[in-house]
Amino acid sequence: MILSRLRGLRPPRSNSWSQRDDWLERGLRATAAVSGSVVLLIVLFVLWQAVPALSNVGPVRFLADSDWRPTSSPTPQFGMLPLLAGSAIVTLGAVLVATPLAVFSAVLAEFYAPQPVAWLLRRLLELLNGVPSVVFGFWGLVVVVPLINAWQPPGQSLLAGTLVLALMLIPTVALSADAALHSISGDLQRSAAALGIGRGAIVWSLAVPLARRGIAEGVLLGAARAVGETMAVVIVCGNIVQLPSSVFDPVRTVTANIAMEMSYATAGHRSVLFATGLVLMLATGTLAAVAGRLRHQGART
Amino acid sequence: MNIKPRSALMDRATQTVGWLASLMIAAMFGWLVFDILPHGVQELSWTFLTDEPSDAGRAGGIGTVLVSTLLVLAVCLAIAVPLGVGTAVWLSEFARPGSRRAAAVRWSLDLLATVPSIVFGMFGMVVFCQMLRLGFSIAAGGLTLGCMILPLVVQTSFAGLQSVPNELRAGAAALAISRRATLQHLLLPAALHGVVVGVLLGLGRAAAETAALIFTSGYATRMPESLLDSGRTASVHIYDLAMNVPRGASRAYATAAVLLLVLLLINVVATVLADRWLQRQTARSFR
Repeated sequence: MILSRLRGLRPPRSNSWSQRDDWLERGLRATAAVSGSVVLLIVLFVLWQAVPALSNVGPVRFLADSDWRPTSSPTPQFGMLPLLAGSAIVTLGAVLVATPLAVFSAVLAEFYAPQPVAWLLRRLLELLNGVPSVVFGFWGLVVVVPLINAWQPPGQSLLAGTLVLALMLIPTVALSADAALHSISGDLQRSAAALGIGRGAIVWSLAVPLARRGIAEGVLLGAARAVGETMAVVIVCGNIVQLPSSVFDPVRTVTANIAMEMSYATAGHRSVLFATGLVLMLATGTLAAVAGRLRHQGART
Repeated sequence: MNIKPRSALMDRATQTVGWLASLMIAAMFGWLVFDILPHGVQELSWTFLTDEPSDAGRAGGIGTVLVSTLLVLAVCLAIAVPLGVGTAVWLSEFARPGSRRAAAVRWSLDLLATVPSIVFGMFGMVVFCQMLRLGFSIAAGGLTLGCMILPLVVQTSFAGLQSVPNELRAGAAALAISRRATLQHLLLPAALHGVVVGVLLGLGRAAAETAALIFTSGYATRMPESLLDSGRTASVHIYDLAMNVPRGASRAYATAAVLLLVLLLINVVATVLADRWLQRQTARSFR
């Protein structure tokens, strides 16, 4: 269509392109340049602050040091392994708990529930998405932690973090699974039903396999959110730096560690914290990039 | 012959598990809301909403906290809305299709949306608090949040502009109306819904944020006298009461109830607006 090419096409200067339009475009281009450079600035500044740690301590000691004792003198220990493991385990656990619940509820909303119930469920998930993470954390502290404490003290634990995070991820995973199922359900459902294929078979042999990219995209975005989540885990996980030996052990994640130590960290310690921030960005960026790639492939096929 | 009963069984099982999963999600959400709201509302009173916190937050109210929250949000929107809408207008109306510069801006905003909030806090601390010498201040916190919600504002404003029919652009160009006037009188009013939804969602996200603020706007509970004063927001107040103040739970409940009510309201309004807007679009496409 010729019309669709009008967008972004500069009309000839003689008629509708005035001098003021020139200034307008320049101004808008400048705002776009500023917006586009924010993420670059973030990477550069975090990297800049992390350089002393990367050159003086180095990635090898981050993994080889036996402990995380950033303030002990004369030789502070910067072993990040327990922190990295804490983040990885909490994220993995939350994703494993959230995904089945989210996918089944999306299947229900798309194939089984009456319209008003499906509508209600979607609205509920959107509202759940808007609950602040600090409120999730506080609720975890006053409700989930005492329950776990009654069963296996101390309560502030890997398990508490996993459960609270799982609840936070459900909307992300469920809404994108729902959207993916929705985009293929209509015609497919009718033609499959016309062939006499049962609804259960339509769901598991056609719809879910066809929507797998969209579902995986939601799971990856959820995982990225879990890795970067700070407030809920810092409140409910107990924050002891250790490799957990059971789900009832307290753990500290990379994010919680930054939140707890940044306020008093100086010099080398502070730089190492920025290095952990760099690791976080790398992890969330990678997860989101893979999710974006899946969306791209999904759009092509 | 045995396909049919198995399929029927699978159908029944899927349906049952689906209902169970959905009920469980609804129950957890209900548990959260109906634990926070009743406990919190008990504590609510006019004086709670207007008084200054005392005894580390165990007594007094959250008056100054609410003022700081509003100021942080004002700074955040003052930076994110002009930048975000300007960027969206450029991307939608001025960048040529296939422009590399536009692709780079889009890509970098997508990347910005994935940055964890605690990293925004570290960035804000280095750049706004230390390099720009704003210190722990409402201005630094607001600027940090502004960077954080920028992708959301751009995305929804862009979607709003894209939904404006091309006939408007063609008509304006045919009448030799300047680009500026076209934007001001035709495109922006028509895309206003998208911008409003984006601003509301961004506002909700910013009001919910804690991690990006603990090193940028700080913890001070006194009444802020200028944007350069430190001030704690409602979410930071909840965090501080939950983590650092023994027996702070009852006031944390009350603050959480206030925050939760406001955020649920913002999100409901944003959803309703987005819904109505979408409906209008489909109505138009069927005409």
